[in-house]
Amino acid sequence: MIGLTHYLVVAAILFALGVLGIVVNRKNLIVMLMAVELILLAVNLNLVAFSAYLHDLVGQVFAMFVLTVAAGEAAIGLAILVIYFRGRGTISVDDVNRMKG
Amino acid sequence: MIQTLAFYLFAVMVLLSAALTITARNPVHAVLWLILAFFNAAGLMVLVGAEFIAMLLVIVYVGAVAVLFLFVVMMLNIDFAELRSGFARYLPVGLVLAIGLAAEIIVGIGAYGAGAIELSRRAAPIDPAMPNIQAIGELLYTRYLFIFEGAGLVLLVAMIGAIVLTHRERGGTRPQNINRQVSRRPQDATRNTQPGIGQGIEL
Repeated sequence: MIGLTHYLVVAAILFALGVLGIVVNRKNLIVMLMAVELILLAVNLNLVAFSAYLHDLVGQVFAMFVLTVAAGEAAIGLAILVIYFRGRGTISVDDVNRMKG
Repeated sequence: MIQTLAFYLFAVMVLLSAALTITARNPVHAVLWLILAFFNAAGLMVLVGAEFIAMLLVIVYVGAVAVLFLFVVMMLNIDFAELRSGFARYLPVGLVLAIGLAAEIIVGIGAYGAGAIELSRRAAPIDPAMPNIQAIGELLYTRYLFIFEGAGLVLLVAMIGAIVLTHRERGGTRPQNINRQVSRRPQDATRNTQPGIGQGIEL
């Protein structure tokens, strides 16, 4: 029988994969944003698993709010990426520090 | 039995497609692997009875966020080969960080499993007789109404922010100036003159 621990381990590995994606793809801002989405997915998986195994519905409600924030973050992040690319012609993160005024 | 099989299928697929998302050579392929990861995560959520969140995941992530990523990847004219440089350089430190983090979290999960924290009471106990969507709706529109409206506000701000950030004025065009057209009066536009014969007028 599948227990809570199984879900938590899957979510932990997914979280670690997201962190690995952020560290490894230093030149590619798009894949970095996708890695952030993976991290938020791991958090959602944790919330839903705890909600189901502790018989408490609040976890699912908060997973929905995390989903909302993730959607907003993706929209704003990609908008910043588009204007950054328009101004510099690259999406490498190595010289993002030139964005400060 | 079938539950165990489905869990391991979904779990292996979600981890595999997440790994391929962050290592894919082509960002378009990365987006497609991300979509597969979200589908399998939705399967994992269905398995524990959270149908509403699972369907929301498919609709919001696959239907909106992944398509947004796909649009941006295809809109920007990026040199994909150049993006891969530095991958091997950052891989060792990334692996050390990720494995350390995963080990730390799994040790924490083991500690939690050894002596689960006993909560005194549930904030909103699940009623087995009520469907998942109805239960979430009753909770969301009563106790969490203001947070729900705050979430709507977050989405509004994100939408306005994205439009403001990416909107640009194009130079060299001559758009219609409705204000000037409407405020134009006959007195300013026409003039009566009486030129002498054979002299013409000066404009």
